[in-house]
Amino acid sequence: MATISRDNRGLRLAVRYLVLVLVALVFAFPLVFMIVSSLKPTAQLLSDTSSLRAFLPVGDISLSNYTAAFQRAPIGRFVLNSVFVTVVTVTASLFLCSLAAFSFTYLKWRGNGLLLSIALATLIVPFETIAIPLLLFVSRLPWLGLDGIEYGWLNTYRVQIIPWIADALTIFLFVQYFKDLPRELIEAARAEGASWWQIYRRVVMPLSGPVLATAAILKSLKMYNEQYLWPLIVVQDEAHRPIMVGLGYFFQLNVAWGEVMAYLSVITLPVLAFYLVLQRAFIASIASTGVKG
Amino acid sequence: MGSKLTQSNRAGWAFALPGFGLIALFIIVPFFFAFALSLTDQRLISPNPTQYVGLENYRNLLGLAVVTLEPERDESGEIVRDEDGALQYPRVRSITRSDEYSQYAGMREWFRWQSGDNARVVVASDVIFMKALVNTLTFVIVVAPVQGGLALVLALLINQRLRGINVFRTVFFMPVVVSIVVVSLLWRFIYDGNDGLLNNLLSGLTFGLFEPVDWLGNTDTALGSIIAMSIWQAVGFHMVIWLAGLQTISPTLYEAAAIEGASKWQTFRYVTWPGLRNTAVLVLIVITMQSFALFAQIDVMTNGGPLDSTQTLVFQAVERGYGKQDISGGSTISVILFLLVLTISLIQRYLTRERT
Repeated sequence: MATISRDNRGLRLAVRYLVLVLVALVFAFPLVFMIVSSLKPTAQLLSDTSSLRAFLPVGDISLSNYTAAFQRAPIGRFVLNSVFVTVVTVTASLFLCSLAAFSFTYLKWRGNGLLLSIALATLIVPFETIAIPLLLFVSRLPWLGLDGIEYGWLNTYRVQIIPWIADALTIFLFVQYFKDLPRELIEAARAEGASWWQIYRRVVMPLSGPVLATAAILKSLKMYNEQYLWPLIVVQDEAHRPIMVGLGYFFQLNVAWGEVMAYLSVITLPVLAFYLVLQRAFIASIASTGVKG
Repeated sequence: MGSKLTQSNRAGWAFALPGFGLIALFIIVPFFFAFALSLTDQRLISPNPTQYVGLENYRNLLGLAVVTLEPERDESGEIVRDEDGALQYPRVRSITRSDEYSQYAGMREWFRWQSGDNARVVVASDVIFMKALVNTLTFVIVVAPVQGGLALVLALLINQRLRGINVFRTVFFMPVVVSIVVVSLLWRFIYDGNDGLLNNLLSGLTFGLFEPVDWLGNTDTALGSIIAMSIWQAVGFHMVIWLAGLQTISPTLYEAAAIEGASKWQTFRYVTWPGLRNTAVLVLIVITMQSFALFAQIDVMTNGGPLDSTQTLVFQAVERGYGKQDISGGSTISVILFLLVLTISLIQRYLTRERT
């Protein structure tokens, strides 16, 4: 009897792993295919799809798709644009949203509760429902440039950055985190005569590593990966175009799939690498959006 | 909160204002703009001044009517049939363009059904908008439960105590960190009718019995294909949220269930599921909101085709507001979209409310 039950347990364990492996294959195969295909000439890439060779780096392997893709489109420029927009937006967002959340959480002032409620209410407004009126709005907004006042924000970096800095989710994450910090620390600093700015800068921020990481990861993914609809309608010139919109270069009649896979890999591999290195932080940041009070 | 903190109006406003001001300027103002613009004939660039047009934009989108067509008869009153015996009907145009029926002016046929000898035709002011509306609702109604449910199954799979389970979690979550634009382009190739990976895979598994399908080029399969891909990309996100919920359930409850001799299903039904209530509401609402925003997949994969079978509300809002520079038309669709999101979120909240 004992041996039977042990066999049983072994079998059940094997079945569990089999299920997990099959599911893992479903999630992994397109990405493996993308990376492997980016190394093959288009003709071989197409003929390989009829067998498991599609997922193996075999045959005529080279980086020539990458050089060809970089020649077809100013990919370097697009990557730089996206990275620049992402870094500036995320930095500004962490600063301004944490500052606002600090004020909402610790300071007593008239309108505090009302303004926080209004800010959080915008969580139910999907960006897609304001994109069109916002397009009209930014096309007329003034800007103080070196040559005086100019009108219209289209085809700039600022149109990709400034509207995205503050958002309700980031403020919400900071408020949730600040609420759980020990209040005595702040009261003690206040009693010693520290200004609010000093408390923000020297007491609260140094304790905020986890929430800063969470907010930075979520915002970076949003700015780098998900910026498509907005730049599509407000940025027409190549000089400011981000990577996701730059993909349009490869939609022409004869799609050179080898080059497309190379471009997709260039866009994706840095993020995947970040994710694999920092996966605990990535997953914790997503999980924290779910822990609502 | 019994805190000793004193009133500090100036610092409070100064700290909150930059962040709040940006939200007000770039979310709240355009939000109200959308409502206002939907009542005008505003264009992105136009030499003519903008005019107030009342609810005309809404009428142009939502106008809907059912027209009954009687079959054609010859002089003796007999119903005319063609060679195949099919009934003949007057053209819908003869009604929508006739002065007698001015209430149907400008409408076009959306679909029809047979009722006795008569044909009933649903005519709409804007057939493409109607298709976009139906497709978007279909997408939401399928994706919200399926993606939420699959995410829960994955979370339960990952919540097992097995060696190497973290590797699987890492892989299941991987598509979430890949841009939906990248995923869409990649899957365009997977779904390809000729060299596509999916056709080759299915034909390999069935030893060549499977007939290749042009997944995105076929009106019957295009929307379904986009649904499947969208779920594939986003399901890991909600798996993690379910997982966070699962981990808040106290292990002592499971121990108690085990002592009581509860089966696996009973444990899930009476311990796990009640503990996930708040998570369930959140997951459902978040997926619903994200599904209503369906745009990038359509723009990259199908452009709304074939035959408008993958049109969506956001795609139409952008095509009009940006493509045709018809800001008021795009804004009107945006307002309708927002009202839909709001209504459905409220209904979900009501249905999943705490019952005491």
